[in-house]
Amino acid sequence: MKKTIFLFLSTLIFLSCTDNGPSGPDVDDFDREAILVNWADNIIIPSFQNFAAETEALKLASEIFSADPTLQNLTDLRSQWLDSYKAWQHVSMFEMGTVMNFRDYLNTYPTNANESSFNSDESKTIQNNIETGDYNLILPSSRNTQGFPALDYLLYGLADNDAELLSFYTTNDHADAYRAYVTDLTTRIDTLTDTVLDNWINGYRDEFVSNTGSGANSSFNMMVNDFIFYYEKHLRAGKIGIPAGATNISSGNPSPIHVEAYYSRNFSKILFMESLDSVQNFFNGSNFKSQQSGESLDDYLDYLKTMKEGTDLSTVINNQFEISREKAAVLNDNFVAQVDNDPFLMLATYDELQRNVVYLKVDMLQALNITPDYFDSDGD
Amino acid sequence: MIRFTANGWIEKLYIEPLLSFSYYGFEWVQPMGAYTYMIFLICAVSAIFVSLGYKYRIAIILFFLSFTYIELMDKTTYLNHYYFISILSFLMIFLPAHAYYSIDAFKNENLRSERVPAWTIDSIKFLLCIVYFYAGLAKLNSDWLFRAMPLQIWLPSKYSLPILGDLFQQQWTHFAFSWAGALYDLSIPFLLLIKRTRVLAFLLVVVFHLLTRVLFPIGMFPFIMIVSALIFFDADLHNKILGYISRILRISKETFDNATTYTFPKSWVKKASLSVISLFFAIQLLFPFRYMLYPGELFWTEEGYRFSWRVMLMEKTGYANFKVVNPENGLRFYIDNTQFLTPLQEKQMSTQPDFILEYARYLENHYKENGISNPEIYVESYVALNGRGSQLYVNPDVNLTTVDYSMNRQTWLMPFDDEIKGL
Repeated sequence: MKKTIFLFLSTLIFLSCTDNGPSGPDVDDFDREAILVNWADNIIIPSFQNFAAETEALKLASEIFSADPTLQNLTDLRSQWLDSYKAWQHVSMFEMGTVMNFRDYLNTYPTNANESSFNSDESKTIQNNIETGDYNLILPSSRNTQGFPALDYLLYGLADNDAELLSFYTTNDHADAYRAYVTDLTTRIDTLTDTVLDNWINGYRDEFVSNTGSGANSSFNMMVNDFIFYYEKHLRAGKIGIPAGATNISSGNPSPIHVEAYYSRNFSKILFMESLDSVQNFFNGSNFKSQQSGESLDDYLDYLKTMKEGTDLSTVINNQFEISREKAAVLNDNFVAQVDNDPFLMLATYDELQRNVVYLKVDMLQALNITPDYFDSDGD
Repeated sequence: MIRFTANGWIEKLYIEPLLSFSYYGFEWVQPMGAYTYMIFLICAVSAIFVSLGYKYRIAIILFFLSFTYIELMDKTTYLNHYYFISILSFLMIFLPAHAYYSIDAFKNENLRSERVPAWTIDSIKFLLCIVYFYAGLAKLNSDWLFRAMPLQIWLPSKYSLPILGDLFQQQWTHFAFSWAGALYDLSIPFLLLIKRTRVLAFLLVVVFHLLTRVLFPIGMFPFIMIVSALIFFDADLHNKILGYISRILRISKETFDNATTYTFPKSWVKKASLSVISLFFAIQLLFPFRYMLYPGELFWTEEGYRFSWRVMLMEKTGYANFKVVNPENGLRFYIDNTQFLTPLQEKQMSTQPDFILEYARYLENHYKENGISNPEIYVESYVALNGRGSQLYVNPDVNLTTVDYSMNRQTWLMPFDDEIKGL
């Protein structure tokens, strides 16, 4: 008898609640696999293909320069370096399916230029590597002597003017070693990138797309975590916060040496803007080539109809990206100059970027019910 | 314990962290470096002794102390079911659980008894009833019943389960599960107590806990509760189970069936046990209601949230960005929490005021030792509760080094910008 009453009551309650409850997910199931396919086929792989083409061109340009270190060839190499560095900003957030510490090998800055540079370990500086010829770029300990920041130093930071800089590659005692080091660096970047692209195309893509579960190791959860980690640590802190003195790394003092592309001076803002674009494009699922919007986090949030101050969370987040972009627009192209002259303007950009960390990490993760890459202990 | 060791959790939870979050009044309970493993060893060995019924009293006391010590080391790992195990083992110190089918009883004829006083078993039943019923009462709030929160957040993400996955996309399922869950918790004690409904109740227990096991990462708890619920059954069933075990292990069960009833060795022991147990239950009944002494929304402030069988009630996500200000030169900077906290600690810290305060004190001391003689600590923190948009949590203008750490109400929190009705 009790059983019947229990069942009856429960049924009654279920039925009575269906009609007038608050709004929630639609009846049809949202397809997370569609997001994974869009990410893999329209964003990740095309971005890596584009980047791989740039690193190939970078390698070629460095070989031409090494064979014939003229001002013209230096200019060409610099220009290709910048193009590659910009393309890098569109793949930097992806860690899945890459090689271990891919990002660290390509973009650890400040680079360890010479004995007077930041945090320098004298036996492991770029200068020392070149002069002794004793280096192995495959070792993790060599991360801060390679990649784009090391090239930044070698192409812009060796001297104050181009004639003097060229002399390192022509008349310097170690000129041969300097030329070889530049091609070693570009070859290393190109080889690593080819490995990653090859891995994505031949196998990892299918593994990624088919791992549709909802657990901590599902593609969706891991990718969202990587995405937020990149935004928080590499974009917000790495490109803006640390140089502006927002973190304990410099105890609150502005730290120009931490600016990305420190030696070339004028590209830090361009690189930051590329990175911000790539993050927002990923959020909206924009096709890398056509910029057409595909399935991504914004659509999923819309599906879950997470309301936030009367507007959709996806709109709130996109608006916040725009606000950050507007704040950054007034910054000097050269973040070193910006940090030296007015770090507070840069901190204002940081604050707006910070606001989106909250929306992404608190509101979005809660709506998606994704646990941050936290420890896998029990809950109750 | 085996699970903890195998997963490397001892290392990760208690030895690697730079600081541990203490319970108010238990700051002296700290991890002891490599000796922490010793506590776990004591705990595991005493657990085996308890289940064998060998040197029972000493074993259960050691188990209670070691298990509780482990829980008190860091409140980051607080779980209601660990608390349950702690207080259950405390209760069992005063019960003659070794009187039958134990090594102690095998060796000691005076101890051996087929029956024990009914109140000893009833006390365990009563504790289980409290756990369920209070968990049910806690669900009688507007978020759970009328917004189907937090199930409305949790269930849709389990889309990959067969059959259920599709159901979980539908809102009526979230409400059905919420209401059924509350009804289950409130009614199951009575269904288990009444003989006619007991088998049905046990089936419900099994289904309910297996379902929670599938849906949520709750470790051993479902199995503990399923096995615990067996205590509601008559001695017949237990005799049958022991009969099976005896046949497999070739133990003579008959040795223990001596038709005597356990009597306490001295009457003052019985009196003392009964008074301790009565006091224990009085505290158990009242303690969960201590939140009423605090103003403000319980889910927001969490003043009186722990130790009161509030399980699976909230999806609370937070983010706390600590700012250190050096008043001497006006410089200020933000903290990368991952430098000081484990990911789990950071997660717990960012939604709970007492953690935030303790961490702020840690940072104060850390920077005092590192060149700032009088650091000011502020936090910009946001918390989202049960699907509401994130709100400012701690008053960002309060220098946390000026806040006293106490059980008093926390005036430095921002008010909760909504209302949750109910118990």
